[in-house]
Amino acid sequence: MTLDVARIRKDFPILERQIHDGTPLVYLDSANTSQKPRQVLDALADFYERHNANIHRATHQLGEEATQAYEGGRARLAAFIGAADPAEVVFAKNISEGINLVAYAMGNATAAGQSGRFALGPGDEIVISEMEHHSNIVPWQLLCQRTGATLRWFKVTPEGRLDTSDIDSLITERTKLVAVAHQSNVLGTINPIRALADRVHAAGALLLVDAAQSVPHMPVDVAALGADFLGFTGHKMCGPTGIGVLWGRRELLEEMPPFLGGGEMIETVWMERSTFAPPPHKFEAGTMPIAQVVGLAAAADYLTEAGRDAIAEHEHGLISHALEALAGIDGLRILGPAEPVDRGAAISFTVDGVHPHDMSQVLDEHGIAVRAGHHCAWPLHRAMGVQASTRASFYLYNTHEEVGALAAGIREAQRFFGVSGG
Amino acid sequence: MRLESLYREIILDHYRHPHHAGLREPFDAEVRHVNPVCGDEVTMRVTLKDSDAGPVVADVSYDALGCSISQASASVLSDLVIGRPVSEGMQLHDEFLALMQSQGEGEPDEDVLGDAVAFAGVSKYPARIKCALLAWMAWKDATAQAMGEHEPA
Repeated sequence: MTLDVARIRKDFPILERQIHDGTPLVYLDSANTSQKPRQVLDALADFYERHNANIHRATHQLGEEATQAYEGGRARLAAFIGAADPAEVVFAKNISEGINLVAYAMGNATAAGQSGRFALGPGDEIVISEMEHHSNIVPWQLLCQRTGATLRWFKVTPEGRLDTSDIDSLITERTKLVAVAHQSNVLGTINPIRALADRVHAAGALLLVDAAQSVPHMPVDVAALGADFLGFTGHKMCGPTGIGVLWGRRELLEEMPPFLGGGEMIETVWMERSTFAPPPHKFEAGTMPIAQVVGLAAAADYLTEAGRDAIAEHEHGLISHALEALAGIDGLRILGPAEPVDRGAAISFTVDGVHPHDMSQVLDEHGIAVRAGHHCAWPLHRAMGVQASTRASFYLYNTHEEVGALAAGIREAQRFFGVSGG
Repeated sequence: MRLESLYREIILDHYRHPHHAGLREPFDAEVRHVNPVCGDEVTMRVTLKDSDAGPVVADVSYDALGCSISQASASVLSDLVIGRPVSEGMQLHDEFLALMQSQGEGEPDEDVLGDAVAFAGVSKYPARIKCALLAWMAWKDATAQAMGEHEPA
């Protein structure tokens, strides 16, 4: 199946926007946040216009419709990632909150003096990697500070791959949890999660996968990956902001203590103590972003309808084109794999003599939206020996003409700053 | 073209040929300031000397890693404050901060701000204001620390 990009573009009203004085928008910042199709916007409006009510507690028709829409959304998202059971899908505001949920639950298990796989102490280790987004670094740093556990990490190779050469010394009987990205938000590198999962499990540890940059772009099946936890964010996959998913294996969610306390997550409350609802509701305190779950489910349906293999294939074509086009520009260094193998459609680069901020400013002048900076991956930039980079990221609605516009815009920036371009 | 209103020729000149760049001895205070949005950073040293009119900025030296706006701003700042009483430098800081917060409406006085008036266009770009302010924030911080050193025991 081939993606009909022209038809897809018609679903995204914002792509008709003109920037500044009549320059067509070239949106290459989808790894930051994606645009939303009419189908998602309609689902949000329809929910608010026709079905809005609180869930699980209203005994009127609207309440039942809203509950059905919310729980139906959970079931559709479970199917979207191959989860065995909708109860394994926990809603959170984004993946940062999802990762924090696991980290704080582990901290709570530790504080409660629990034994078992979630409690940590001195001598225990959490393993991450140098290519992680800050949201998969900082929560673990904080957890290690609270519990006395040690944080360790995989390095990246100069080509921007996960360096697994020291895996034997990194993943040991001391390892309690390994948390890595499925796809790097900077390098585009797709990590060998399945192989990693086998090593992690052989050591008796748990594997958490940050799938924020993979779930929107390719078929992802939690069972096939062998993950124990996997999180992603709605707004990067054509859904609304304020909603994300933490998937966890059911037995783990049952054993894990709660993170946030409040309404709806309890079984019984006394003044002295409480008992908790079974998962997923144990982890969903207070009124949740109901309309956003409805919108996210519509986004999942939209991507399924478009064909996730077809999306991945289209993006593979775009990144192959971009790697070739950018490699031909003098003074440009691509961070990450130069070949489109195990590589998603985000491309970060530096250009001699033009700082990323200045590059993105000139590109914006031509209507091209990219991201400049460290992309919430400061340690990775340090490891790659650069301070900041410019990132272009592609999605199902991008075209080969837009890849050409990017390359032309980069050359224009070189001319503007008096750097001899190729 | 909008770009030229942001990247005035004066800014590009300072970027390509920064004044007073590099870290020098001696110094009374050294600070390192970072723009957490993009990772740009400046290490700045300030040296003060006493005069009848109060402390005077004897030298400002810096190592700036960042975009054209942030590097040019460090260069312009050092031109402006070296040799001036600290009190005047602080006034310039306040003037420049007000200009950056003017959302393109500021009418800077070139007699006061000198080459720094070229940054007026930056105030229309919210994402870039921090770039222009990074060196000024560092200078204010370093000078306050140096003033602490100069206070009579």
